[in-house]
Amino acid sequence: MYESVLERVERRVNFLFVKGLFGSVLLLLALVLLTGCGEPSSLALQGGVGGTVETIENKGSDTMVNLALAWVEEYTCLHSDVRISVTGGGSGTGIAAMINGTVDIANASRSMKPEEMAAARENGIEPVEFVVARDAIAVVVHPTNPVNALTLQQISDIYTGKLTNWHQVGGEDRPIVLLSRESNSGTYVYFLENVIRLGNEESDLLFSPDTLLMPSSEGISAEVRQNPNAIGYDGLGYVTPDQKVLAVGGDADGPYVMPSVRTVNDGSYPIARPLYMYTAGEPTGQIAAYLEWVLSDGQALVADLGFVPLR
Amino acid sequence: MGNVSRIRWGEFAIESLLRVLGFSAITFLFLIFVFLLREGVPFFFQVPVSNLFGARWYPTFDIFGIFPLFLGSLFVTIVAMMIAFPLGLAVAVFTREVAPHWVRGVLKPTIEVLAGIPSVVLGFFGMTLLVPVVREKLGAPTGLTAFTGGLVLAYMSLPTIISVSEDALDAVPKSYRDAGLAMGATKWQTIWHVIVPAARSGILMALMLGMGRAIGETMAVMMVTGNAARMPLTADSLFRPVRTMTATIAAEMGEVASGSVHYHALFGIGLVLFILTFLINLAVASMMFKRVSRGGLR
Repeated sequence: MYESVLERVERRVNFLFVKGLFGSVLLLLALVLLTGCGEPSSLALQGGVGGTVETIENKGSDTMVNLALAWVEEYTCLHSDVRISVTGGGSGTGIAAMINGTVDIANASRSMKPEEMAAARENGIEPVEFVVARDAIAVVVHPTNPVNALTLQQISDIYTGKLTNWHQVGGEDRPIVLLSRESNSGTYVYFLENVIRLGNEESDLLFSPDTLLMPSSEGISAEVRQNPNAIGYDGLGYVTPDQKVLAVGGDADGPYVMPSVRTVNDGSYPIARPLYMYTAGEPTGQIAAYLEWVLSDGQALVADLGFVPLR
Repeated sequence: MGNVSRIRWGEFAIESLLRVLGFSAITFLFLIFVFLLREGVPFFFQVPVSNLFGARWYPTFDIFGIFPLFLGSLFVTIVAMMIAFPLGLAVAVFTREVAPHWVRGVLKPTIEVLAGIPSVVLGFFGMTLLVPVVREKLGAPTGLTAFTGGLVLAYMSLPTIISVSEDALDAVPKSYRDAGLAMGATKWQTIWHVIVPAARSGILMALMLGMGRAIGETMAVMMVTGNAARMPLTADSLFRPVRTMTATIAAEMGEVASGSVHYHALFGIGLVLFILTFLINLAVASMMFKRVSRGGLR
């Protein structure tokens, strides 16, 4: 009797102690998280220990906005003496702003055009190019589709409406339903120029008028998931496991290559593009430090956002 | 004396406030029209006529054939009306003429609640439930078709069609019904040959209002029609995707550069839509005017 009461008290005390310990650990964790990443800029402003806070302006490609934001979030966590503001607007907008000297770093999902280079030089600016990540486009079909691989030429013929049945490319006797992103998507333009037109600038091939334009990546994956007739394309990072990714070959004798970090980086997967950052002149100080971090530790974040890291 | 003048003054203030509000509605409509004209008309001059009336819409490559979009909107709306009008009229006849009193009391508010369902919810419903059915049961290559869009739009315009045509039936004087039955006609004959013809202008109005609802609908249509800018002229067009004017504006407006040809093109489409719905409403208004001048709302 007596013992059991004592025991119970002891247990109660133990419980409280453990709970308290656990609670304080949680609190500590929260504090660490808060001070680590919560408001680095305001902390830096208050403290101002490491000198003045420098602001870097970063603008450009909408494809890259989420990636750039993730980088900045992580980087400003580690370096409280720098603030980086990121805005989208499109590759062209970012490059134009860099040429005009209003931003420090321009994000672009394409390389600068010769006329943009000329305009920059006219302003006395020598743009410096950095490849910061790669973006691969996967061609996807319904999981039950027996077709495993297509050549670029076949994909082009399918999307221009020349091939309209899966049996023409070795599949079942089913009509092909074409899916694409909306025409304002950078992926749409890239796919048109590099796959449908096979990179030929003279070509005036267009998507077949029967192509279904889906307002979102989710729209494409939903239709690919449920429709065995469908073929679609999207950024590698947006492909969910319930879609079948096709291997793509440069020509009919192969080799057919599946998209992956390795095949994208060694250049064997044909539908991939580099993502760029441009600076006005060789970067110095904080900008150089940031870019160096992006190219080294920053690469760890790239895969989470659906892009292909450089290494 | 002072009391009376205060009341007069208050009345005057309220009256003029109402007048200002009434006129402001017209002013806003007018301003919207002016804005649409200003932003949309340049399009019809910037783009050569052959391009404008072409059969292809590739705004990224400056190909602005507005026809597939125009026909797409028209096609989906007509499909929707072909489904919704007979159904809506039948429901209206049933609730007003056939159903017992208590059934009517339940049906009428329920139908009016249907009108309040947000279109995006209906679009989602269509995308997840209708689309697979259309593909699997009706043998279309994809479930995202003009027919699916028509079905969703039919559902959306049904409440309008039902309640307006029911009001029209309601306005037919009781003496018509009595006279029909007294002549020895059956209930069905009375409904079909006396009451419905007597209410025809009101029923036509219901059709027009339903059409106006369908042609302006955006979100649900964008989610279920597949948005392929093809001309709906082949025999199988019903079970092929289609792109409407509204979906085009909604999908492309977000990314377009202000002041570009594409920007003006989207406003041009908006202008065409505005004129189309304006004409439909004008037809309704003139019908209503005729009815009123003939005496009695029928």
